[in-house]
Amino acid sequence: MSQAAIAPELKPNSPDEPVVVFENVTIGFENKPVLNNISFTVKPGETRILLGPAGVGKSVLLKMADGLMRPDSGRIFVFGEEISAMPEEQLFALRSRIGIVFQEGALFDSLSVRNNVGYRLMEEHRPEEEIDQRVVEALRFVELEQTVDRFPSQLSGGMRRRVAIARAIITKPDLILYDSPTGGLDPITSTTIIELVMKQRDVYHTSSLLVTHRLQDAFVLASHIFNRKTNKMEPLPEGQSDPQTSFLVLNNGKLVFDGSTHDLVHSDDPFLKEYLS
Amino acid sequence: MAAIATLDRAAKKGVSAVQQYALISGRALGNLFRRPFYGADIITQADIIGVGSIPIVLLTGFFTGGVLALQSASTLAQFGAAAVTGQLVSFSMIKELGPVLTSLMVSGRNASGMASELGSMMVTEQIDAMRALGTDPLKKLVMPRITATIIMLFFLTIISDAIGILGGAAISVFLLGQDSSQYFHTAYQSLRYADLVQGMVKPLFFGFIIATIGCYYGMTTRGGTQGVGRSTTQAVVVSSVLIIASDFVISRFMIGIFGR
Repeated sequence: MSQAAIAPELKPNSPDEPVVVFENVTIGFENKPVLNNISFTVKPGETRILLGPAGVGKSVLLKMADGLMRPDSGRIFVFGEEISAMPEEQLFALRSRIGIVFQEGALFDSLSVRNNVGYRLMEEHRPEEEIDQRVVEALRFVELEQTVDRFPSQLSGGMRRRVAIARAIITKPDLILYDSPTGGLDPITSTTIIELVMKQRDVYHTSSLLVTHRLQDAFVLASHIFNRKTNKMEPLPEGQSDPQTSFLVLNNGKLVFDGSTHDLVHSDDPFLKEYLS
Repeated sequence: MAAIATLDRAAKKGVSAVQQYALISGRALGNLFRRPFYGADIITQADIIGVGSIPIVLLTGFFTGGVLALQSASTLAQFGAAAVTGQLVSFSMIKELGPVLTSLMVSGRNASGMASELGSMMVTEQIDAMRALGTDPLKKLVMPRITATIIMLFFLTIISDAIGILGGAAISVFLLGQDSSQYFHTAYQSLRYADLVQGMVKPLFFGFIIATIGCYYGMTTRGGTQGVGRSTTQAVVVSSVLIIASDFVISRFMIGIFGR
């Protein structure tokens, strides 16, 4: 079962075409600028970690990548389609290829874990047997298949995040957006979540954009690799980092860094030095 | 200058709110005719809004009819017209008090419920999650609430009217010693088709107001749990005021058409 069953399906996309492209994106609220002239890309199979101080606009950027918010100016392309100019009806179809894990999980309170994870399949009126099977597979991926009949209020914070990951991956998305998946969790639970993100990255090579303000989680993700045989993450040799994982850093509404782990830790930028210290 | 700027901001905010309300209401109603059709959600909401409101509607209707009979009988008696108590109660209940009081009760119970439920979903990002999972919240959450409220308020008003007339009868017969057949005879004979139309049209408008205002404040909630509380209060206040104000407009319009 089933890890193969939740591997991403092949989609008719050019292998070199960036999955996400931000072109000079600017957004503000109530006349206050939040993000100013942001440009970056996410290539297929790449994991981009978005860092920055609290309140800098990381979650806003992530929501724009899913078309949940629209920029004031600039263009956003996802899978080659300009989502910043797309009607909501068309966005619903495009979003079937995107999984998103919200900050606090955002599970539906009134639905059981089974119905939360299988929500999209239920909306597509898939047969009950197929929904049950795929929900169990997705929950097995996050090692929570025993919670299938529980409600979100009966789960711990870490379990809720894991269920949210299961909900995001059930449709085998080509892109996963993680909004502070470890925020507010204890270090052990955070490591479990990061291990799941890594598993999705290294086993299924899904492109992803991960927002976090926890440097430790970001560097664990960059410096470790998931071992399929042991089903555990392992550190890369000293001084090495995952080539598919790179960083974006936001500060004061601007993108102040876009590059590899090596470039980030060796940057001479005073803000980055202070931020990373 | 500062005062003008404040006024300008307030005016823009007001216009933007009306625009957003119109968009939410219009798109939600338009969704009634687009697939997917959330029939099961309409039934669920009809149960919550309609069946759940029956006890308060029964109590309100009964005691309103009762107090109407009690108050009017003594005044009518001064003119030797105590015999038309039934007519006064049925007229008042069917044309005004039934629709308005039922709507106010349902507004207190359900506009607040919608605003707080949708507001909580907004602040916990469940609405965003729904959109991210490919579902239009206006279709899945707002449309069923509007449809269910309009349909159920219509029937709740009929129940309230009937129970109000019965309440008036109970007071007139058992407390004031009037003749029951006379009460029901005057209550029934004096009613015209126009009176019933007037009483039946109002809940359709009031149901729309309750649901759209409740959903609007829910879907525009900002600012955590405090924001949810604020939305809930505003939903009840605004829908109640709009019900009473629109009642006047509809009554004037109906009187203009039917002449009574």
